[in-house]
Amino acid sequence: MEFGPHLVLALIEGAVTAAVLALTASGLSLVFGVMRVVNIAHGAFFMLGAVIAWWITQGIGGHPGWGFAAAIVAAPLMVGALAVAADLTVLRRLSYDPERTIVATIGLLYIIQQLTLMSYGPEARPVVAPFDARIALPWPERGAEGWRIGWPWGFGTTAWKLAVIGAAAALVGALWLFMARTRAGLVLRATQADREMATAFGIPVERVYALTFGLGAGLAALAAVLIVPIRQAHYLMGGDPLLLSFVVVIIGGLGSLPGTLLAAVLIGLSDGIISVFFSPTLAKIIATLMVALVLVFRPQGLYGTRAP
Amino acid sequence: MSLLSVRGLTRDFDGLRAVDGVDLDIGEGEVRALIGPNGAGKTTLVGMIAGRIAPSAGRMAFGGRDITHMPTHRRMRLGMAYTFQITSVFAGLSVVENVTLAARRRARGAAVGSAVAAALDRVGLGDRGAEMAGDLAYGHQRLLEIAMGIAQRPRLLILDEPTQGLAEGEIAGFGRLVRDLAGETTILLIEHNMDVVMALAGRITVMDAGRVLAEGTPGEIHANRAVQAAYLGGGGDAAAG
Repeated sequence: MEFGPHLVLALIEGAVTAAVLALTASGLSLVFGVMRVVNIAHGAFFMLGAVIAWWITQGIGGHPGWGFAAAIVAAPLMVGALAVAADLTVLRRLSYDPERTIVATIGLLYIIQQLTLMSYGPEARPVVAPFDARIALPWPERGAEGWRIGWPWGFGTTAWKLAVIGAAAALVGALWLFMARTRAGLVLRATQADREMATAFGIPVERVYALTFGLGAGLAALAAVLIVPIRQAHYLMGGDPLLLSFVVVIIGGLGSLPGTLLAAVLIGLSDGIISVFFSPTLAKIIATLMVALVLVFRPQGLYGTRAP
Repeated sequence: MSLLSVRGLTRDFDGLRAVDGVDLDIGEGEVRALIGPNGAGKTTLVGMIAGRIAPSAGRMAFGGRDITHMPTHRRMRLGMAYTFQITSVFAGLSVVENVTLAARRRARGAAVGSAVAAALDRVGLGDRGAEMAGDLAYGHQRLLEIAMGIAQRPRLLILDEPTQGLAEGEIAGFGRLVRDLAGETTILLIEHNMDVVMALAGRITVMDAGRVLAEGTPGEIHANRAVQAAYLGGGGDAAAG
């Protein structure tokens, strides 16, 4: 295959990574922005979303679309409920102390991982996509009678990958609308801006924290359900999303949604291209190097504001 | 019956008695000014009324209910609104969003929008709703704060040094605003500017060294020699200046 079609395929892979990463990282960014909690268990919530999706699709027979539809609704809700419970029983008791919550969420990560290993097992299991049509892509070719549109062999993608990109974009758009236009979003932003003043205006800060932690984990689970037909469910699958989410959140600016999205597209696309042309490991090395450069030259991130 | 009733309120800070057995009654619909030299205990007294500082002794009742040990947010729910001595608005949120936060417990659904618009019109910020609160000039931030107080539709609105840092023209506008509000809510005004106090207050309470020195109409206070001595350091008849 020539370079052009190869690049398009790399861009599509990158866009899928970027779409899922944008959703996962928004959850991490939201939790840090509002609660000032660095949630190490975010990748575990992601993995749990994929594993629960597998359980649900196994349990429901018939057309794979039904099982998947049930999974995309139920898995984020279940993971969100678990996160709310973790907030009420662990984080609240630590008074949201920044250092102690890091240790607590590391503990949470190991507990979730080991429980999954003990119940679900070490296998990687696939979830069938609700639809999986292959789409051949056109490419201009020079033939005997000049340029014409051709269909090079092997140049194509699946409908599901395009659906993942579209769904993630729609969900991130919905999250933005929720934050910017609804009263609940306003309460979240006010709590993020100044916890003390939010209390003075009668905002129930502890309830806001619990729901924010649930929402953040739910977003990670949602991203995992979207990606699990492409990448299989496995008890260690949360590592890469966690690393890349932190990369994205740090580059974009902690707690800034627009910065998170911009950085997700940047990191996702470069990850896709470098993985296709060179190696996935080099992609992670470069992403981590970018974090180091951002931390040295622009510690507040692309969109973040410096602490006063 | 008085809306706010304070009996024997006392507060010690490490042996220093900032407020010493203060009695205070504010009637429904009154505009009451609280004045006194720096360090007289005004801010400590108001901090105790708003629930930000715990009293060492004494009792308080608001609308007939004992609020001595009630936390701040429950007092706010009973109908107290307090604007801070230091400007406190959410700088990163728009003007409308700031007031919406204040209004959201008093109104539901579409009523919030109209309550917000009404409060902003009252203070003259009606056409600046989309601006970031942090970008407003200082005087306008103080007005926004008052709009946030009004939007809570309080029974008692406590204004802590509202004219501090305002220009002459802005002070005149503030006076009109308070007169306009006086019909609907009870106002407790902590204020240094004697012109403002004399023009707006129905009654004035004077504090000195943690105690209530005098209480009366602006005319009575103006004529009170003890007040002149304490407040102006014996500076004669310049009390109105």
